[in-house]
Amino acid sequence: MATIEISCVEVWREISDYVDADISAELRLRMEAHFKVCAHCSAVLDGMRNVVGLIADGRLFQMPEGFNKRLYSKINPSE
Amino acid sequence: MRLMSNPLSQLDSIEADLISRVCHGEHKAFEELVRPYERLVYVTAISVLRNSADAEEVAQEAVLKAFSKLSSFRAECKFSTWLVQITYNEARMKLRKDRRHLYESVDDPQQGKEGDYWPKDFADWRLIPSELLENDQVRKALQNAINSLDDMYREVVNLRDIQSLSIKETATILGIPETSVKTRLRRARLLLRDALAPGMDGLWHTGHPYQKVRPW
Repeated sequence: MATIEISCVEVWREISDYVDADISAELRLRMEAHFKVCAHCSAVLDGMRNVVGLIADGRLFQMPEGFNKRLYSKINPSE
Repeated sequence: MRLMSNPLSQLDSIEADLISRVCHGEHKAFEELVRPYERLVYVTAISVLRNSADAEEVAQEAVLKAFSKLSSFRAECKFSTWLVQITYNEARMKLRKDRRHLYESVDDPQQGKEGDYWPKDFADWRLIPSELLENDQVRKALQNAINSLDDMYREVVNLRDIQSLSIKETATILGIPETSVKTRLRRARLLLRDALAPGMDGLWHTGHPYQKVRPW
């Protein structure tokens, strides 16, 4: 069965939900077909996945040393 | 790894027990209750305040407030969601008291904030190994890119992509519809991608309105 084509603008509008796997199976197929033939949209997809992967990494924001101990200091000022 | 969207009943039950113990005077149980969310509290605070010292101060205030209001927690949402809401409110209050405009926005003033944002950079971005995060310069570049986003986008990125909360939890905490979370997330991710992607000028430079922050 032929896949209905989708434009770059439509792809960009849905690309964040695509990365989150939060789109219908039908739309996913149309986008996948588009990524195969559109280098621009593939580049946007790869870049967005890189961004999402890197910023989800726990090393990005590290808590200051001793933060955990000081966090409760206002509740237990004697400690 | 994304946290599960559905509340874990076993976790809820353990937390309910800890909450009950705290409310009956066993104050030490409060630390046990909050410990898994210490990082969540810190990153939430720093995502609003963009400053480690302020974030720590607000985190302490938020934890104190959660402790003093714990008996009013009604389990209509997860304890973590409630704790993050308190932290957000404290951080926003601090920001209002002490508003600074030290950061240039990576957002493009030419484009409406509520309208669509389209990518500007179509260069291939080869996969970046996560080991790069061991590099201070790379970490700083990512932090700068996030800090440069407008508040409304940074909040969504923090909850959804840094803290891995669900769209629903993010919407609850921010008090906005889920559709707005998705729209803001899409724009934020495209902005971050454009700021960090290796194309356009081939150099790492800063400029307005388009600001590159990558070190690679």
